[in-house]
Amino acid sequence: MSSTAGMSAREVIMARIKEALRVPAPLPHGLADDSRAQVGPPAAALTTSGGSGPTVISAHASTGLPTLTVLPEEVARPWLPDGGETPAERLQLLVENLGKLRAVVQQVPDLTAASDYLFTLARERDWHRVAWHPHPLVEPLLAGVPCATYRVDAADFDKNALESCDAGITSCEALVAQTGSILVSSATSGGRALSILPHVHVVVATADQIVATLADALHAAKARHDGHLPSMLSFITGPSRTGDIERILVLGAHGPKELILILVG
Amino acid sequence: MIVPDSSLPPADQPLPAGEGLPRLAKKKFLHDATEHVRDTGHRAFVRKALGGYYTNRDLQKARFRSWDHARDAASLAKWSAVNRLDELLPRFVANFEANGGRVHWARDAEEARTIVLDLVRAARAKAIIKSKCMTSEEIHLNAALEAEGYGVVESDLGEFIQQLRGEPPYHFVFPCMHVRRDEISDLFGKHLGTPPTDSPEELTMIARRHMRRLYVDADIGITGANFLVAETGQISITENEGNARLTAALPRVHISISGIEKVVEHLDDLAVLLPMLATAGAGQPMTCYNTLYAGPRRPGEADGPEEMHLVLLDNSRTAILADPEQRDSLHCIRCGACLNVCPIFKNVGGFTYGTTYQGPIGSVITPHLRGLADWNHLSAASSLCGACSDACPVRIDIHHHLLHNRRNAARTAPNAWEKIGHRLFAMVARRPWLFGLGGAVFRRTLPLLKLLRPPLLRDWLASRDLPAAPRQSFRRQWDRRPQVPTAAPVHPHLRKEKA
Repeated sequence: MSSTAGMSAREVIMARIKEALRVPAPLPHGLADDSRAQVGPPAAALTTSGGSGPTVISAHASTGLPTLTVLPEEVARPWLPDGGETPAERLQLLVENLGKLRAVVQQVPDLTAASDYLFTLARERDWHRVAWHPHPLVEPLLAGVPCATYRVDAADFDKNALESCDAGITSCEALVAQTGSILVSSATSGGRALSILPHVHVVVATADQIVATLADALHAAKARHDGHLPSMLSFITGPSRTGDIERILVLGAHGPKELILILVG
Repeated sequence: MIVPDSSLPPADQPLPAGEGLPRLAKKKFLHDATEHVRDTGHRAFVRKALGGYYTNRDLQKARFRSWDHARDAASLAKWSAVNRLDELLPRFVANFEANGGRVHWARDAEEARTIVLDLVRAARAKAIIKSKCMTSEEIHLNAALEAEGYGVVESDLGEFIQQLRGEPPYHFVFPCMHVRRDEISDLFGKHLGTPPTDSPEELTMIARRHMRRLYVDADIGITGANFLVAETGQISITENEGNARLTAALPRVHISISGIEKVVEHLDDLAVLLPMLATAGAGQPMTCYNTLYAGPRRPGEADGPEEMHLVLLDNSRTAILADPEQRDSLHCIRCGACLNVCPIFKNVGGFTYGTTYQGPIGSVITPHLRGLADWNHLSAASSLCGACSDACPVRIDIHHHLLHNRRNAARTAPNAWEKIGHRLFAMVARRPWLFGLGGAVFRRTLPLLKLLRPPLLRDWLASRDLPAAPRQSFRRQWDRRPQVPTAAPVHPHLRKEKA
């Protein structure tokens, strides 16, 4: 970098990066003795490790750009928390994990039972208004709900109306057994605010939406929205919480105080 | 608490650099550390607050089939991204822009502030809501916005409390961990007019009620970013309270500020990094909300901002990148685990550092960001116990980097007295007769040294006592040790010595 006069900020920063990376950094600790790191054709390898270490980066077959020969997620998979092998194991793990997170899980046989449960919830908690979005799992539940409803859709969205709702009812992308997370998105959960602004978040999902790991959930979302990911994807792991006051756990900081999963089937 | 020394600037302010005020940062550090260490009540409070963290962290670590192997994978994800930043950063930017977001590049803090101010002016903003963002602390954004007459509210509970107190964060993950609940109750009473309470839950609800209208009414939401995903052009934000979700959902314009080093290559990398960030940082299986944003609201989506802007900040990160030895300090995912285990942090407290990023990782990177000559003392304030490196989920070699900083400082600005001292010691230690003589002199003058307290020993003696000198040297005592007959085999090395 001789002179930066007349260069844009982008050009200057990219020039600094290129200059800085001319000297390679040593391989990260623990990687030198990972045999899987040697996958890939050594001939095409870039000498990022000074030539003596294992090949972790090689030229991509079609683009020629450097690419990892082993993915971090593949390296990590056997060591991350368990996600369960069978559907029964995954269901058990999911329910256990959600319980520890102080979320409520209600398993129901069908949508009629789900609708009955929602009716009871609304009655018991004296809800005045619940918000929902058009979805085959959500719509049937609202038929008999004993309070006003607010439909969230693209045509006319009013954040003030949503703010006054007691609960938001959404579907989701996937349920993660490994961590007890619920993956919602702006495409399948009624936009961004419906799952975060009302005081209670009710999720309706089917048992076949349960996946083992976070990676599986991301793959499912990628496959469903092939190339057009929704503008928001969010892993929700329990009701909103904070520990900012003396590191003491309090539920319901700014998001929902309660997270209720209605699991159908 | 720390007694302010009026001759020193407040903890948050960047110290005036260079000439005229040599070692001001160091002077301030020593002053504040001394005050803080004496405050045993405060130290006990911080220690107690961290107690629950240790328990939960260990519980969550145990759920991993191997935490240490998972750390290898996490460090691989960050290593490969940081070492290919020249390729991955443009790839991220292209994908982010394809998603409808706009990228702004900032060489330094001033440029970043100008960019945000221009965006705020262009949006004709009346109200700004902000979620936790350490890069905004780094560039002193709030002060710049307020100077232009814009009101900005921190929505994260800890940051909100710190904003009301007029203090920077004490800890970059737990911003108000040093504040007692009765102080928070008084603070809310003073600023929000709420009745006193000693319930953390009620205090949290006060902030919740106060903030709800602000999310709805704000024109602009400002957030940070934890990861930038090159493959998909998404930014990832990690939080527990839901305030960042609301900040990026309701206002018309979403502005995010991120360091350039936050790039990862694959979306899958987050399946490793997110649970590790949560476990290392707060002892959770996952932080409550881990959200990926790909541009503003799409056609057909119910809500979301009309515009999404991302400020990519260099601010000396490329200087760290240019040092291959310490390049891995850019792997940092800001979990704060190294602070929570650090004996120095626990005893001197977060404000004493006088930096945006406190604790061991702050001591490593601050000299690169603000100059080694003025900030090397942070690297000296370490017992080199290595607890930070053990705690790091992405395996940054933190405590060795503290040594590297010390070495680099000695090279660039050698201390003449230190050099003379080491030469003198080497000369004496190479000559047994001189070493014996020196010992004899020292043993006899020790009581005098204690009494006179020469400058070199004064700091050391301030909090320690010298033991009484032995009457004889070690070598003399060894020669005269009682000869105990023993059947135990003598080590061959000792046998040879005897012969």
